[in-house]
Amino acid sequence: MSLFTILISTIFVNNYVFARFLGICPFLGVSKKTDTAFGMGVAVTFVITLSSIITYFIQKGILDTLNLGYLQTIVFILVIATLVQFVEMVMKKTSPTLYNALGVYLPLITTNCVVLGVAILNIQEGYNLIQTIVNAIGASIGFTLALVLMAGVREQLELADVPKALEGFPITLIASGLMAIAFLGFNGLV
Amino acid sequence: MSTILYPLLVLGGLGLLFGIALSLASKAFAVEVDPKVEKIIKALPGANCGACGYPGCEGFANAAAKGDAPVNGCKVGGAPVAEKVGDILGVGAGESEKMVAKVLCQGNSCNAIKKYEYVGIQDCKAANVVAGGDKGCQYGCLGYGTCKDVCQFGAIEIVDGVAVIDPEKCTSCGQCVKVCPKGIIELVPYKQKVVVKCKSHDFGKPVKDNCTIGCIGCQMCVRTCPTDPKAMQFDDKLAHIDYEKCINCGLCAQKCPTGAIWSLLKKPKKDEKVAEKGL
Repeated sequence: MSLFTILISTIFVNNYVFARFLGICPFLGVSKKTDTAFGMGVAVTFVITLSSIITYFIQKGILDTLNLGYLQTIVFILVIATLVQFVEMVMKKTSPTLYNALGVYLPLITTNCVVLGVAILNIQEGYNLIQTIVNAIGASIGFTLALVLMAGVREQLELADVPKALEGFPITLIASGLMAIAFLGFNGLV
Repeated sequence: MSTILYPLLVLGGLGLLFGIALSLASKAFAVEVDPKVEKIIKALPGANCGACGYPGCEGFANAAAKGDAPVNGCKVGGAPVAEKVGDILGVGAGESEKMVAKVLCQGNSCNAIKKYEYVGIQDCKAANVVAGGDKGCQYGCLGYGTCKDVCQFGAIEIVDGVAVIDPEKCTSCGQCVKVCPKGIIELVPYKQKVVVKCKSHDFGKPVKDNCTIGCIGCQMCVRTCPTDPKAMQFDDKLAHIDYEKCINCGLCAQKCPTGAIWSLLKKPKKDEKVAEKGL
């Protein structure tokens, strides 16, 4: 598989939010404002890319050589948790505004299944290092895209005349369902 | 042996490695916290109730230190905490009138009738789903203690089917106000001695049929009220008091034919009432 195919495939066709339904929690939680959504996307991009690289080396270098494949999940979580803590510290120092805007969702990246999902799927698909990095970046771009698009939709929804029973969360779920259907249109692109 | 040793070494080693890396990073990226914030957090009650509108006491302390939140924003702490926070920030305490929550219903088992026997989940919200609860009056306190459960300060008791709030224990955090499915709990100034304890917007007849102590909308109290402009107001078949204008004279409570107006003031004896009327 060429690198370009992997990139397009993870951004659109196999979008982690709309096709694999991973990372729904931050997708619904942080998609109220476009700025915050983009900030979250950048934070997740950093964590996913770095964790994919580190987990690749740990998998190939330690787990495979020692036949400890069954420790994959717990070791990967360890890596991700550390990275999230690190991102949190850096962000608190460099951009307190974004740190406050992301609030509780920043530490929640730790338990975000997108991050773990990408790391594990990279190993399952048998990607080499370059492919892993491309796949991680593609997944993060896809995640950020989904978040920013959804934030745009929700900003418009604030102004729309929504039936009372559907106000707030229900209409958001309906909107995200429709977006997932729209993303189905990319099927067959790759 | 190696089947146990390797995983132990791998997990332990990685954990140690990451731990050291993190502790180094925390030194490198340490952020100085405003010492005022720490002081304010110490002065606050630490109940994390969220009544101030910020996420927990820390959120309020941050906002107060920046000047975004008023120093008297903590309703639970009231005046003493406002004073402390004001001292830390070097500003005055500001006016903060102590409020208490009051249940605006007196329809206990003697006063109010029930329209059916409710045997479901013992919770007001659940009971309210079944045709608006078992009380005959649709504005009545259901008395299944949803407010009691949510109160962190143990200020609410259910007495004979009606919730009663202890004004001494109440911190006016407003949790019960939010949770009551009937919306009959309101924040009232602590000093207020006269309160219309009825929320029924029904006409007089259905009120009387359902409850002996409800507001029937006769407007006697409005006519009696000596203040100008009137503190006692009448709107949609229900009397209510403007607490800012009320002078706590208690005349309305005396005149009220049903007793829907609750009063802490001494009630005149029947003889005096008769004498007043000149009978």
